[in-house]
Amino acid sequence: MTLGNAHLTPNAEVPADPAAGSAGVADPVLEIRGLCVDYGLGDEAVHPVVDCDLVLRRGHVLGLAGESGSGKSTLAMATIRLLRWPGVITAGEVLFHSKPASGERRTVDVLSAGEEELRSLRWSEISVVPQSALNSLNPVATTRAQFDDLLRVHRRNLSAAERVDRAVELLEMVGLTADRLRSYPHELSGGQRQRVMIAMALALDPQVMILDEPTTALDVVTQREILEELMSLRDRLGFAALFITHDLSLLIELADEIAVMYAGRIVERAPAVSLFRAPRMPYTHGLLHCFPPMHGERAAMEGIPGSPPDLRALPHGCAFHPRCPWAMERCRSETPTLVSLAESGRTAACWLHAGDVSVPQDLDLPDPLQPAPGAMGAAAPRFRRSSR
Amino acid sequence: MRLLIRRLGFYLVAAWAAITFSFLIPRVVPGNPVATAIIRAETSGQCNSACVHAIELQLGFNVHTTLWTQYAQYWGNLSHGNLGFSWSENAPVGGLIVSYLPWTIGLLVVATVIAFAVGTLIGVLMAWRRGSWVEWVMPAAAFFQAIPYFFLALVIVLIFGQTGTMLKWLPSLFGYDIYTVTPGPNWSYIASILQHAILPGVTVVLASMGGFILTMRNNMLTTMDEDFVLVARAKGLPTRRVVTYAARNALLPVVSNFTLALSLVVSGQILVEIVFNYPGIGYHLYQALSELDYSLVQGIFVVITLVVLAANLLADVVYVLIDPRARQAG
Repeated sequence: MTLGNAHLTPNAEVPADPAAGSAGVADPVLEIRGLCVDYGLGDEAVHPVVDCDLVLRRGHVLGLAGESGSGKSTLAMATIRLLRWPGVITAGEVLFHSKPASGERRTVDVLSAGEEELRSLRWSEISVVPQSALNSLNPVATTRAQFDDLLRVHRRNLSAAERVDRAVELLEMVGLTADRLRSYPHELSGGQRQRVMIAMALALDPQVMILDEPTTALDVVTQREILEELMSLRDRLGFAALFITHDLSLLIELADEIAVMYAGRIVERAPAVSLFRAPRMPYTHGLLHCFPPMHGERAAMEGIPGSPPDLRALPHGCAFHPRCPWAMERCRSETPTLVSLAESGRTAACWLHAGDVSVPQDLDLPDPLQPAPGAMGAAAPRFRRSSR
Repeated sequence: MRLLIRRLGFYLVAAWAAITFSFLIPRVVPGNPVATAIIRAETSGQCNSACVHAIELQLGFNVHTTLWTQYAQYWGNLSHGNLGFSWSENAPVGGLIVSYLPWTIGLLVVATVIAFAVGTLIGVLMAWRRGSWVEWVMPAAAFFQAIPYFFLALVIVLIFGQTGTMLKWLPSLFGYDIYTVTPGPNWSYIASILQHAILPGVTVVLASMGGFILTMRNNMLTTMDEDFVLVARAKGLPTRRVVTYAARNALLPVVSNFTLALSLVVSGQILVEIVFNYPGIGYHLYQALSELDYSLVQGIFVVITLVVLAANLLADVVYVLIDPRARQAG
């Protein structure tokens, strides 16, 4: 399901970033370096996340896209150490750079934090709206009880009445009325439950919010409402968001930067508009051709042939090569690593960009954020439908 | 609330059907076992002609009124708490059952409650500490779950019982020491009751706890994979709170198991009472059957049915109380 195709305009005019420094780039709030996650131990283990690097900047939205099973949720849950059994983090580093409204800056190494430190970090600094928020609320507790639980643990100085006031304030922030406090989750609609979940995620003014497919189970109209709500809250409160979805079209609207995952690896990372206009990695190119434009000429739809790889039996070399129209001999034997491209702020993991072969035209469109030599001021080319 | 009223209606119909059957069965059973029973009563020397006539009226033998009249009479008696006359005990059935029930409920209900509480707790612990030493409880629980109650009871009597041959630690016959203790509100009587309750109680706890452990563990494992438990952890709640989140939800199906087990207490633990000669309802049902005292059997059946239905109703009430989703259903 794609959101609002009618508005498929990339977030080119990124709203004035309140947290951006004078250099124009905000400082990082969450840094993930070389993160590896295994499910299971020993030879039987599968590797849902391999060597992932991500930087989430203060006040930004970082989109993480990929097919089901590409490891995006695992990556997100690993960053706050919430992996389900038998997930284990085998390598890497997660740094949280805290810059509270009052108080001093500090950097927390999340992976080596003790249980208590982790507990104080969770939700108050990094909150989560998990996949299918429909099941994220305790079915036997009222909304009020669930807010209460949270505030009682993290805001010990609040009285019972103040906790209720805060809960009401939060509910109103997401467009719900105070009487929803008495409701049990089954008495709320899908959209309302999602709003309650978002209100809860905001309860402690976190610096980072992890949104794991927050709108997947909702219809398109509700999706739009909730996303708009979420983005206006982001502008107001200034939290940074790691937004996970399989729906790339959605990210193009909301995200500042997008990372695309395939078979546990990040295969391309770029500013949203660049990624949309000028993908560099064949997989990204394929994803972008999975949804139809509302305007413009009719074009044949193209999917990505084949199916997502089985993590237990990944192909040798580049995991995408069996489905890649441009696969070369090298792709079958060597795994490409994420390397910086000529354009600043972009990386891709693809041998086509290693410099020794000519890049196919489809993967070499000019990046709208880069001053194109000789074509200054020209509009970015229309999203081209390949006619292969 | 509407749900409860509907369930109540259903139970009333079920109770009516059960009572009607217990009225009909002695009247329609082929081969006339009632005649045999009456001859047995007459020849026992304990039952004079008035007593025999009472049995005939109760079971509908040698009575020259229509079935409808008898049925109306039966209900009339029932509404006065009159369940007939037991010749083998030489007392009204109603009074006898009232004297049996406290033994059964006192021992078996308490044992089942203990089994439920302890079993559920162990189940939660096992699921939460998966892979730790608590896991070793599981094969033991499955073992006790699998062997029949009466066999476990016999082994326990053999090893620990004074009527057994080995350790002779604890009394294993009757509900109290019938030779030295006089029933009444005195300490020696109460102490004797408690002492006599240990072995049958342990049997029931051991035999029924396994089921609670296993179901709770499995429910708990499924619930712990639910998103709301993940969220509880993500919220940074203390571990104990997170476990309560999961356990509270995993408990729902176990509670209905528990109330069903409670209803089985009255009927299902007959064999335990027989092994220990425990003076509860099950033991007397067995006695009445071997004496062919059908009035008593009939009365016990009616009471067991009512208890089972009451336990089910209780299950429904409890379920509505603990699960908000059941409150508005229906």
